[in-house]
Amino acid sequence: MLNKFWPRAAGIFCLSLSLAGCGVNTIPTEQEQAKAAWAEVQNQYQRRADLIPNLVNTVKGFAQQEQKVLIDVTEARAKATSVQVNANDLTNPEALQRFQNAQAQLSGALGRLLAVSENYPELKSNQNFLALQSQLEGTENRISVARRDYIAAVQTYNTEVETFPGRFWASVYNAKPMATFTTGEENQRAPAVQF
Amino acid sequence: MMFFRAAAFLLLLVAAAPASAAALQFPPLTGRVVDDAHLLDAVTASTINAKLAALEQKSGDQLVVVTLPTLQGHEIEDYGYQLGRAWGIGQKGKNNGALLIIAPNQHAVRIEVGYGLEGTLTDAISRLIIEDSILPRFRVNDYAGGISRGVDDIIQVLGGDSADFQRRAAEQTNPQPNTADYAQLIWVLIFLGFWLFMAFGRRRRFYGGGMPWIIPMGGGWSSPGWGSGGGFSGGGGSFGGGGASGRW
Repeated sequence: MLNKFWPRAAGIFCLSLSLAGCGVNTIPTEQEQAKAAWAEVQNQYQRRADLIPNLVNTVKGFAQQEQKVLIDVTEARAKATSVQVNANDLTNPEALQRFQNAQAQLSGALGRLLAVSENYPELKSNQNFLALQSQLEGTENRISVARRDYIAAVQTYNTEVETFPGRFWASVYNAKPMATFTTGEENQRAPAVQF
Repeated sequence: MMFFRAAAFLLLLVAAAPASAAALQFPPLTGRVVDDAHLLDAVTASTINAKLAALEQKSGDQLVVVTLPTLQGHEIEDYGYQLGRAWGIGQKGKNNGALLIIAPNQHAVRIEVGYGLEGTLTDAISRLIIEDSILPRFRVNDYAGGISRGVDDIIQVLGGDSADFQRRAAEQTNPQPNTADYAQLIWVLIFLGFWLFMAFGRRRRFYGGGMPWIIPMGGGWSSPGWGSGGGFSGGGGSFGGGGASGRW
């Protein structure tokens, strides 16, 4: 009896390990990773949105006459923060596209604001403005990292869902491919600011 | 038509994965000071090394100075966080690592800050250190001076007050359990229990002859990257693009 037990137990252990390794966990794990990567993307965009009111107020103090640019940024921010994509809606490409468009509009408005502020030497040497500017640059950088991480996570997950044996498990879990960013914004740098 | 589309899509996925993995090559992590661009003399390098070792001993924070002859055609922001991740600077779960990266041929310098230190070594402070301490010295080709001063400033910022150090040192002794490993273990135990029940409950021979050859695929049984030969290694920390850059 005893000499039969150990080989059996070892075989069973190997089998259960292989089942755990053969993809039961892969799809849920990669799905959660992609969702976490998405949460980070939204988190970093939110961080950028949080910096904007302070930035707008600082610029206002020195460049009151740039009303249009300031209003553009404020409106684009309001629009961008109203478009959120729930982690469960990531399989919907249109939702992601709306999010992306709103954020791209805000990026454009911000770029114009920073370009305009180049014309105000007093603003450019203001300590508060400099701090905000470096925070904004850092945030843009984090956004591009978060976007790339999301793209990579979705790529891994989608590959798993589309190929064997993940395809089989995907039908068990009813897992669908996720949408990802379409434009090459992650290849572009934040507007460079010279000091 | 659908078939071709699907085939093209899969081909794209297959082709893209190795391309992105092979895009960057990183120098080996030979110590706390990796001077591949040869900007530091031996005395300065060992002085800085001692300061960095003292910082880690005191707070657990890992700071690494790296000088690079080339960025392989990438921006320093792009290269920096990937280097930090590849080396795993900072402790796993705490991500309390930072890099001071100098690329003299690209005239670029960057303080790359791990997730866990972003609150202390903020973008604005990193920018100030670069603008005030490092760049003025680099502009007159005093690389050793600029790097030493930058390291001193970063250590001072990370130092904060002593209470902060004590709190972090206390956290360091209680590492977070890794939930992913537990989940896997539970699965294994469930299957093990199930199969044992099947095998012994029915009282019949379960496997015909020898053991089946089963090779576990994937799985998450990895160990943290501690203790390779050089006496210093990253602890598995991660980076998300925090910090600041400067150019001269």
